[in-house]
Amino acid sequence: MSIWALRGLRDGIVTTRWPRRPDEYADSWRGPVTVTPDTGLPAADGADDAWLETLCPTGAIEVIDRVRIDQGRCILCGRCVSARPDRFTWSAGATGPAAAAAARQALVVPGEPETDEAVAVARAALAARTAALRRSVHLRHVDAGSDGSEEWEIQALLGPVYDIHRLGVFFTASPRHADVLLVTGAGTIGMTGPLRTTYDGMPDPKVVIAVGTDAISGGLLSDRLSGIAEAVPVDVWVPGSPPSPFAILNALLIATGKLTPVARR
Amino acid sequence: MTLTGTEPTVEALRDALKSRVARGDRFAGLFAARRDGGITLSAHVTAKGEGSGGTRGGSPPGAETAGGWIDTLEARLPPGASCYPALTPVLGAAFWYERVIHDETGLIPEGHPRIAPLIAAGRPEDHAPRRHVAGYGLFTIPHGPVRSGVFESMEYLVETPGEAIPHLNMRIFYKHRAVAARFAGASVGDGVLLAERAEGIASVAHALAYCHAVEAIAGCAVAREAALIRVVHAELERIANHLDVALRLADAAGLAVATARFALHKERVMRVVSGLCGTRFGRGVVVPGGISAFPAQDPGQILAAITRLEKEVAADAELAMGTSSFLDRLRGTGPLTPARAREHGALGPIGKASGFADDARSARPYDAYPQHGLEPYREQTGGDAMTRLRVRFEEAARAFSLIRRALSDFPERGQLTPQAPCDPPDGRATGWAEAPQGEVLYDLTIKDGRIAHCQPRSASFHNLVLMHEVFAGDILTDFPFIEASFGLSVAGAAL
Repeated sequence: MSIWALRGLRDGIVTTRWPRRPDEYADSWRGPVTVTPDTGLPAADGADDAWLETLCPTGAIEVIDRVRIDQGRCILCGRCVSARPDRFTWSAGATGPAAAAAARQALVVPGEPETDEAVAVARAALAARTAALRRSVHLRHVDAGSDGSEEWEIQALLGPVYDIHRLGVFFTASPRHADVLLVTGAGTIGMTGPLRTTYDGMPDPKVVIAVGTDAISGGLLSDRLSGIAEAVPVDVWVPGSPPSPFAILNALLIATGKLTPVARR
Repeated sequence: MTLTGTEPTVEALRDALKSRVARGDRFAGLFAARRDGGITLSAHVTAKGEGSGGTRGGSPPGAETAGGWIDTLEARLPPGASCYPALTPVLGAAFWYERVIHDETGLIPEGHPRIAPLIAAGRPEDHAPRRHVAGYGLFTIPHGPVRSGVFESMEYLVETPGEAIPHLNMRIFYKHRAVAARFAGASVGDGVLLAERAEGIASVAHALAYCHAVEAIAGCAVAREAALIRVVHAELERIANHLDVALRLADAAGLAVATARFALHKERVMRVVSGLCGTRFGRGVVVPGGISAFPAQDPGQILAAITRLEKEVAADAELAMGTSSFLDRLRGTGPLTPARAREHGALGPIGKASGFADDARSARPYDAYPQHGLEPYREQTGGDAMTRLRVRFEEAARAFSLIRRALSDFPERGQLTPQAPCDPPDGRATGWAEAPQGEVLYDLTIKDGRIAHCQPRSASFHNLVLMHEVFAGDILTDFPFIEASFGLSVAGAAL
C-alpha cells in the first residue's frame, strides 16, 4: 500500500488551476459552431444562403433574413465549417460565459437584443434562487438516454485533473441531498418517469443542467426524441457532443453563482 | 440473398446455424426486418476458409486474403405470419435477440423461454417484478435506473436472501433510443454520425464497422496511410476504455491512489485523441473511404507522447496486479466458464478471459491490421474478474505497441490520400470492427444512394446477457466488481 502512496506523488500536482488561472487545454477547446462575424449578414443573393441549411444533419442552421446557428442542435460534425469556412467557424474555448447558456434561445447565435433581455431575466432569477448554494454544492446525475460519452466526461470531473472537490462540489447518491441535477441524454420514453421522480425528490432551491446537445434538443435523434426540457425545467444549457469536462464544470459554476454569466455575443 | 440450395424457412435457418455453430463458427446476431413487403430474419455467423452456404457478407477490401468474414443467413417468413419457431431452444445465444425481435416486430418466437419486453418500454405490467427464485427470507433489491454515482441508466433486480445473489434480472429498456430505426432513409454520410453515437465510448469502432460495410458495397479500398490513422484511433479508444474499467475496479476496491492514477492516464489518452482530431472520442475521423483529415501533429510528436504514456500505464498496471488487497476482491469473482463463453460466443475481453478468443483484428483483419497483426494471445481460462482485468491490461499494452508500429510506419513524405472516392451503389454488406468491448457488426443495405436499412449490433448487447450467469457464489459486495469487469455500455446494449 505504501508503494501506491509514493506512486501518487510521481507526477506532482496534475490538477488544473482553473477557474483561478486560465487553462491552456480549456482555452484550446473547439466548441460548437458559430457564424463568422462579418458574414452573418444577409448575402446579396438570398437564394444562395437558403442552401446553407442543407449542410447541417440536425437542422441547426437557420436562414431567415440572416444565417443563424442553434448551438443547442449542433453536434460538432464540422460539415458546415469544412464546406463554407468563410461563413462558419468553431467557437473557441470550453469555458467562459459563452460556453453555457442560461436560456434556451441564448444558444441561437448571433442573438437578438430581445434574447439578451430574456437571458438577463433568466440569469437574475437563477442567481436569486441559488444565492444559498455558494459554499458547498451537491450534484446528482441522471442519464436520460445518452450515448454513454457524457457520463465519461462527468466522471472525469472526479478525477485528479479536474477534481471538483477542491471547489466544494460533491456527488451525492440521493436526490434528497442534491442541489444540482445534471441530466444527459436525448430524453427516452423509459427515463421520463424516473427523471421526473428524481427532480421531484430534490429539495428547493434546485438547479437543472442539461449536459450535451442530446439533452438540449435530442441531437441526431431529434426526429423522435427532443431532449429533456419537456420532463424537467432546465436552468443551464451546455452544448456539445459531448461537452468537454471543462464546459460541464463551467456550467456548474455558472449555475451555482460561482461564476457570473454575462450576455452572449 | 438466400440460402443456396435450401428453402429459406426459419427451420432451415435454425438447422444451418446449429450445424455451423457445432462446427466451430460463432453465432454473431439475429435480427428481423421488413424487407420487400415481408419480414425477413437475418442471422450472422462467422466464417473462415471456403464458403459454406449463405451469402458472403461484405468483407473490407484488402482483408479477404486473411480468410475470415461474417456470413449472413436469411429466412423469409410467410406473408402475414405472426409467429415463428424460436431459435433460442437450440441456440441459447439468441435469447435476447429474439426478445428484441418480439419488441420490434410483434412476432412471437414460439418456444422462447421468456417473451417479455427487453428494449421496448411496454406497459408497466409487462415489467412487473417477477420472482425467479423462491424461499424463506428472499427479497428483491431494485437497483436503478437512477443509480448512485455517475452511471448509465439501467435497472438491476437483485433477488437475494441477504448476501448471495441466486438470481439477477436486468432491464435495459430505459435507454432504448431506437438508433437502428433512425438510420433508415439517412444519407450515407449521416450514417457515420449516427454510428458514432450508437455507443459513444466506442465511437471509432462503430464508425469503422459502418464504414467497412459502406466500403464493401462500394468496393473501394482505403489508402494505407488512412488505414494507419484508423488503427491509431481505434487503439487509443481501446486503451481509454480499458483504463476506464481499471479505474472503476480500483474505485470499487477503495484504492484511492490507483483510481486517481488510472483516471489520470485515461484523461491523458483522451487528450492525445483530442490533439489528433479535436474531439476526445475520435469523432469525425472515420469516413467512408478513409479518414476526414490527417492529424495536424507530426507522427514523431505523437509517438513521444504515446511512449511516455505506455511506460506509466504499464508501471501502474503492474503495481495493481501485485496489490493483494485489490486482487483479493477480483480473484474468483464473477466467473464465466470457458464452456459457457464458447457456447455463447462471448466477445472481446470477456471471451478472451474465458479461453474463447475471436478477435476480429486477427480473425477477420481490416484496415492496417493485416500488416500489423496481433501476436497470438496467451490463452487465459480463469474467467473471473481478475483474468478479465489482466486481459484488458494486456490488450492495452498491445494497443500501445500497435500504435507505435502504425506511427513509425507512417509515410514521411509524398502524396497522402485521406479519403478514397466512395460512392456505394445499391447493395448490402456486413461490416465489422473490434471495439474495446468486442466485435461490432453493421448489416447495411443501401438503395438509391441512401440507407435503406441498417442494423448495428454492439458487443455490449451480445455480452451483457452473460451477466445473468456469473454470480455463482458471489455476494452483494462483489456486484460493482462484476459489473465493472464486464466494461459494457448500456447505450450500446439498448441502442
